[in-house]
Amino acid sequence: MGPISRTISRLYGPKAWTALAIAALVLFVGVPLANLVVPPSSPFHLSAYWVTLVGKIMCYAIAALAMDLVWGYAGILSLGHGLFFALGGYAMGMHLMREIGRDGVYKSDLPDFMVFLDWKAVPWHWWNTDHFWWAALLVVAVPGLLAFVFGYFAFRSRIKGVYLSIITQALTYAAMLLFFRNETGFGGNNGFTDFKRILGFPIATPATRMALFAITGAVLIGTLLLGRYLVTSRYGRILTAIRDAEARVMFCGYNTLHYKLFIWTLSAVICGIAGALYVPQVGIINPSEMSPANSIEMAIWVAVGGRGTLVGAILGAFLVNGGKSLFTQVFPEYWLFVLGALFIVVTLFMPDGVVGVFKRFKRTKRAADEAAATGIAPRTASTRTASHADSATASASMIATPGASEQPAR
Amino acid sequence: MTLRTLTLLAAFLLALAATVRPALAVDAAAVEKLAFGDPDEKTEAVTALVTEGDPRVIPLLEALSEGEVQTAGRRVLIVKGERAKDAVTGEAVSPLPAEREDVVSNNRLRREIAGGLAALKLVSSDRSVRLAAARELAGNADESSLALVKKAIERETDAEITSLLEVTRATIELKSDDRATRIAAIEKLGESTQPTTKTSLLGLLETNKDGTFVEPDEAVRTVAARSLREIEKSLLWGERAGLLFSGVSLGSILLLAALGLAITYGLMGVINMAHGELIMVGAYTTYVIQNVFRAYGSGAFDWYLVCAVPAAFVVAALVGMLLERTVIRFLYGRPLETLLATWGISLILMQTVRTLFGAQNVQVENPSWMSGGVAIMSNVVLPWSRIVIIGFAAAVLAAMWLLLTRTRLGLFVRGVTQNRAMASCVGVPTGRVDTWAFGLGCGIAGLAGCALSQIGNVGPDLGQSYIVDSFMVVVLGGVGQLAGTVYAALGLGFVNKLLESWSGAVLAKIAVLVFIILFIQKRPQGLFALKGRALET
Repeated sequence: MGPISRTISRLYGPKAWTALAIAALVLFVGVPLANLVVPPSSPFHLSAYWVTLVGKIMCYAIAALAMDLVWGYAGILSLGHGLFFALGGYAMGMHLMREIGRDGVYKSDLPDFMVFLDWKAVPWHWWNTDHFWWAALLVVAVPGLLAFVFGYFAFRSRIKGVYLSIITQALTYAAMLLFFRNETGFGGNNGFTDFKRILGFPIATPATRMALFAITGAVLIGTLLLGRYLVTSRYGRILTAIRDAEARVMFCGYNTLHYKLFIWTLSAVICGIAGALYVPQVGIINPSEMSPANSIEMAIWVAVGGRGTLVGAILGAFLVNGGKSLFTQVFPEYWLFVLGALFIVVTLFMPDGVVGVFKRFKRTKRAADEAAATGIAPRTASTRTASHADSATASASMIATPGASEQPAR
Repeated sequence: MTLRTLTLLAAFLLALAATVRPALAVDAAAVEKLAFGDPDEKTEAVTALVTEGDPRVIPLLEALSEGEVQTAGRRVLIVKGERAKDAVTGEAVSPLPAEREDVVSNNRLRREIAGGLAALKLVSSDRSVRLAAARELAGNADESSLALVKKAIERETDAEITSLLEVTRATIELKSDDRATRIAAIEKLGESTQPTTKTSLLGLLETNKDGTFVEPDEAVRTVAARSLREIEKSLLWGERAGLLFSGVSLGSILLLAALGLAITYGLMGVINMAHGELIMVGAYTTYVIQNVFRAYGSGAFDWYLVCAVPAAFVVAALVGMLLERTVIRFLYGRPLETLLATWGISLILMQTVRTLFGAQNVQVENPSWMSGGVAIMSNVVLPWSRIVIIGFAAAVLAAMWLLLTRTRLGLFVRGVTQNRAMASCVGVPTGRVDTWAFGLGCGIAGLAGCALSQIGNVGPDLGQSYIVDSFMVVVLGGVGQLAGTVYAALGLGFVNKLLESWSGAVLAKIAVLVFIILFIQKRPQGLFALKGRALET
């Protein structure tokens, strides 16, 4: 067995790989066919509304994966991931604003809001944003750098738990206030909108939309595999250990700062990429994306799906956001009740989320089957098969009591 | 302009004479001309009416500028809604005649009326009317009103109105062509302590685009600079006092908002994201009590707060205890999950209030003894509502201190905060202490809401705007000791206001948040940390 095939079998079992391949087939072949080739009259036609909605939720799912990596695997609950998401979005938005060219309302080389503010040239931080590659670099570098600097100082002083959550919340809140100002140079309240084209292609055509959809899908699958690669590696195991008992890991001689800082920065970068994919599909970015409430919502996506399982994060993002679009259309005034209840019910009754419930159900069923077949429950055999099918089971059972080790010390 | 000034002056002089002679009714001929004449005749009529100097003309002229004068046949009526009265005799006219026409006025006539009204009001026998007129004149003084101001000064007996008018006169005379008049005016302004005079003096020292001074005369500029320094000196202390006061005021609000949070966080390590919404619950309780008092006890309306303060405490405390029993109790030892669950609670509370009271802000009225303020200097007015809140925060703090240090519950709370396991071992019922302490913290949030309802908007989002700030107070102050919260709240209040006066509100807020994030690097446990040997804190 070569190293590559070894890695492949380490990531997922054959069943999961098949499921992933089917998902990829649907995303890259099924959806484009249903949207572009199937005529609108056919019941199999997929309208532009659905493509945009699913594309948007896929961006959220990427962000949820990023959130799960830090929260589910390293135990760092960030309430500021919306900031990284928005920063990526703003970096992309800056380029899209420049690509409008002279097609804006004021027919100027500058973006409309700058003409409105009577600015004569683009400010320094807009330098080079007319080149896509520079904007793409900013998408990765700005959230990454901010997360690195913030994380370095926070983890070095061993800020963790709710303290870190609150500080990240303050960070995104401060950034939101900053971006609300016109003088900051990001369009103030209104942010960026009215994009015309991306890389020269008109942004609103079905073909461009489909291309963005497919790219988002590819990034989502890529992020999932990258995350899986990380958490099944030796690094991932140490990360999980840090989550469950940081002090003990330190006494074993590991410098936890590096481990936490790496996953934290990577998570911010992934979030930035998600934001960058989000903006051209939704067509707007403004400072409200940075509001603390948005960041907290990201946590509930992960919690609903199941922390510490990457598939759970994606599932949670789809469930919560799907529910949100459904509810805001049918009963707009009840959505906040549902969301609030979701926060409470999930934390009280489903600490491992939907995936946890599903797994528990499967395990009891298998145990019952085996007991019926042999008359006794072969305990060791059943756990081994379970961990082979999905090694996240082990970690999932651990997160049920993450605070347990901290409790006696308090 | 000059013609207008002259007519106005003439009108004014005659008005002075006329005040001596009592008039029986408004001049009917003039009113008729005003209602039915062409624009020129109307202007003349206004002059004539002002000349009479009769205060009874004021309602007519005011009605005319508001477009409330109508004619029915040959009668001239002042129509307000469904009620009308005769402009000449002042009798009530009912029922309202069916056929009426509006009396239209143009811009020139409106200017004339405004000038006439100012003149009439300056000679009114009512002091408050004169004061209001003098204030209005100070706001938009121009050359045309100079004569008016001079005459009024001669006649005025009240010291406050006189000084106000003199400042107005000096402001107008700054533009005079005569050098001596200008210098005299500048010196006069130097004695004033009004912030507005500072700007008019600053204007003199500016340079035009071509480099020449706005004020060509060197000597005048020297005098102006000296006067400016004097004004600034007297204003400076006022500004400092004002800054100090607003810092303490913001600090007391932050203290009220954060005190409850500090207790629950210190005791249980639980971050209550719904704390802001409990503040909102307190504010809405105040609103309900206010409405009850307005409906059933109109005489006692001024004292509704006496009832609202305990009600806000009890309602918020009950909501808090309910939450603790039903949700938070099951999440002990899992602080991150508690944070998320309480956030969910906050969303539900917000939406509940939105459903019950609507998404719009509701109106909470100050009792009459809380409106107004104390003017300690010409440019500093301390509003009563803020002073009361500072006192209230101090009282709540004192009560908290007594409760924590002098009662059995306080002893238990301190014990559990320091070492939960040990306290439990020696027989402290930690579960019950948690419930009571959580209720107490939430009750204080309710008190904060009651206080906030007196100075700000009450809406479903009220809590959201305070939650980040109160977290910052707790983070900065450390937990487990009241002193930390007090120092952090007052310190943040001061720093915020200081930076605000220097760099604007938003940048100040950002600077404070960044400062706290940096501060936590140095002292992760806040200003006052409980000393202990636990590894995990």
